[in-house]
Amino acid sequence: MSYRRLRAIFVKELHHIVRDARSLGLALAMPVLMLMLYGYALSLDVDRIPTLVYDQDQTEASRDLVRQFQGSRFFDIRGFVDNYGAIERGVDRNRILMGLVIPRNYSKHVGAGRTAPVQILLDGSDSNTASIAKGYAESVVRDYSLELRTDMLNRRGGEHSAVPVDARLRVWYNSSLESKNYVVPGLMAVILMIIAAQLTSLTIAREWEMGTMEQLLSTPLRPAEMVLGKMLAYFAVGLTDAAIVVLVGVFVFQVPFRGSVPLLALSTCVFLFGTLFWGIFISTAAKTQLQAYQMGLLSTFLPGLILSGFVWAIESMPKVIQAITYIVPARYFVTIVKGIFLKGAGIRVLWGELAFLALYAAIMFILATRKLSQKLV
Amino acid sequence: MWERIRVILRKEFIQAFREPRMRWLLFAPPMIQLIVFGFAVNLDVDHARIAWMDMDRTPESRDLRERFEGTGLFDVVALARSEQDVHQLLDRGRVQAVVRVLPGFARDLARGRSTEVQMLVDGTNSNTASLISGYAGEIAAGFASDRMALQQNGRVLARSPGAAANASVPQVVARSRVWFNPDLHSRNYFVPGVVANIIMMVTLMLTTLAIVREKEIGTMEQLMVTPMRPIELMLGKTLPFAAVGLLDATLITSAALLVFRVPLHGSFLLLLFCSLLFLMTSLGAGLLLSTISHTQQQAMMSSFFFSTPAFMLSGFAFPIRNMPLPVQYLSYLNPLRYFIEIVRGIFLKGVGVSVLWPQMAILAVYGAAVLTLSALRFHKKLD
Repeated sequence: MSYRRLRAIFVKELHHIVRDARSLGLALAMPVLMLMLYGYALSLDVDRIPTLVYDQDQTEASRDLVRQFQGSRFFDIRGFVDNYGAIERGVDRNRILMGLVIPRNYSKHVGAGRTAPVQILLDGSDSNTASIAKGYAESVVRDYSLELRTDMLNRRGGEHSAVPVDARLRVWYNSSLESKNYVVPGLMAVILMIIAAQLTSLTIAREWEMGTMEQLLSTPLRPAEMVLGKMLAYFAVGLTDAAIVVLVGVFVFQVPFRGSVPLLALSTCVFLFGTLFWGIFISTAAKTQLQAYQMGLLSTFLPGLILSGFVWAIESMPKVIQAITYIVPARYFVTIVKGIFLKGAGIRVLWGELAFLALYAAIMFILATRKLSQKLV
Repeated sequence: MWERIRVILRKEFIQAFREPRMRWLLFAPPMIQLIVFGFAVNLDVDHARIAWMDMDRTPESRDLRERFEGTGLFDVVALARSEQDVHQLLDRGRVQAVVRVLPGFARDLARGRSTEVQMLVDGTNSNTASLISGYAGEIAAGFASDRMALQQNGRVLARSPGAAANASVPQVVARSRVWFNPDLHSRNYFVPGVVANIIMMVTLMLTTLAIVREKEIGTMEQLMVTPMRPIELMLGKTLPFAAVGLLDATLITSAALLVFRVPLHGSFLLLLFCSLLFLMTSLGAGLLLSTISHTQQQAMMSSFFFSTPAFMLSGFAFPIRNMPLPVQYLSYLNPLRYFIEIVRGIFLKGVGVSVLWPQMAILAVYGAAVLTLSALRFHKKLD
């Protein structure tokens, strides 16, 4: 391998990147756009659930129960209705998510010390929101029920007793439970994956399509030099993007950064090597830019977004898909980035992931070089 | 005129289907997206991995543990003995939560004093964390409620042995009923959205690229010296991809019904009609992007810049009602938002035109506007 030839192809590729100012601008604007979108728009936190109340009982006891819901920040009582039809229409038109129905003899049951059911109707089309809303609604009712019972017993028994077991919750690492704190670090993996798919995957396919590959072939350039030179040019773009994500994440979104910067930089480089080599491999295998782009998007962006544990927890996936995630490099990178950002984890915890990424990069380099040599002959 | 449109249509179809790899690429991405969103994307939590730290070691504390395991929502995968264990387990992500029963748990219970169970949750994924803490709270409250009934009954009985019947205390229970998706499957929520998403991705990108490729390779000049008029060229370029989009929609709908068993409560014809309304917008946007791009790379990046916000602000994966208000207003500009509402309404709620007409009207207006605008621009560029 010659350093001079490597430099020549690196400089040539840099010229390509810099001259196409639009594409470069888009490549640098993309992390900002993605951060804004995911940071502000991606929130699975549920509160102010729009609710309609159908109170058939209309007594002091039933109004007391409704007050519990009104007092909770998780519910937003949008009004009172007097038939089921109104709740149905509200759900059909997406105006409300929940209906609370208190049956006619509710206060009679409570007064007699019997079990009094209340009905909670939920729009299940968004299953996640619905199951969280269901949890909140049931816990409001449960707490109220416990309170009612202790009250009644204390009055009857004439002595004071408290609710026996109290679950105390403490959340580590992301104590405010804000979506952005886990979204922004994970986003780094997705953005770097897109760079690989959109920029690198086109680089060799373009040379084929435009016919400039023949010109490169007539030079003494070797496959390994071409792969490395092209990769390094895009490496610069990728690293800039990564820096943008970290800076915007920490200073604009105020995501806590608890770990070490050098470790993050090292893992980012290793991850970038792997994905960029993969991009070049696709580019070599594809015949046209369109194919290269499609293949790149399918093999990097989609797994990076979905199978990496970026938003959707890997534990809840079926076993077969969980097995597949082990070969998705983004999975390891997301673990590393979240570990460094939120847990302040060090190399002793993360070395396994890092080793895998290094192995992946090496394999991808060999694959890309071999594919290119095959094509060149 | 129809003769010329027919010719260019034929040319486009031949170009799109000639290569085996291209044929594959037209239909594989929708299938892969469908599989991924149908199987992998899942926000439900079950079998959460927890560690148990029992500092009390009494029958009562073991009873509590049995309750946690008995629900099937939690798997105790580790026993923590010290604070250090707890740190290690959470740092390495081996468990999602640690439940700690403090010493004196049983003693406090017996004396009727309030005692606490500590729950340490890994908040890295806030969604999972809030689901887990909700479940744990429910189990603890159930345990508390049963203990209380037991104790109070005992106390009342001790005081006046004949009054056992009086010991009944009121209880309010919530009976939840979930409409449209009673088992709360994530896939029922995601799969219908994939239909909308795929139609947009496929038509937007293929239209843009089909035109920009001709420009980049230089065959656009050849087309322009033919007697073909711009409107004919435009129709010829967009109709094949409209057909592909509709075909993909049908394909995904069948797969959703047969493979994923997602219910389709509404009318399939209405779904196709609304897809047509939406296609006007996405094909129009594709044309528009093709007039502002010079190379295929630029075209791809521009279409990415168009489709990512459309995807994010559509409510496809992330509910719009959780977003900050300004972003929610922004999402009203997004045509995909209305289409997703329509698709979900038809699939899950089985609603018809009487409910969906506002969304349909907006899509129609949107489509007409975008199509006219891009046609004018396209026309000007060619002259």
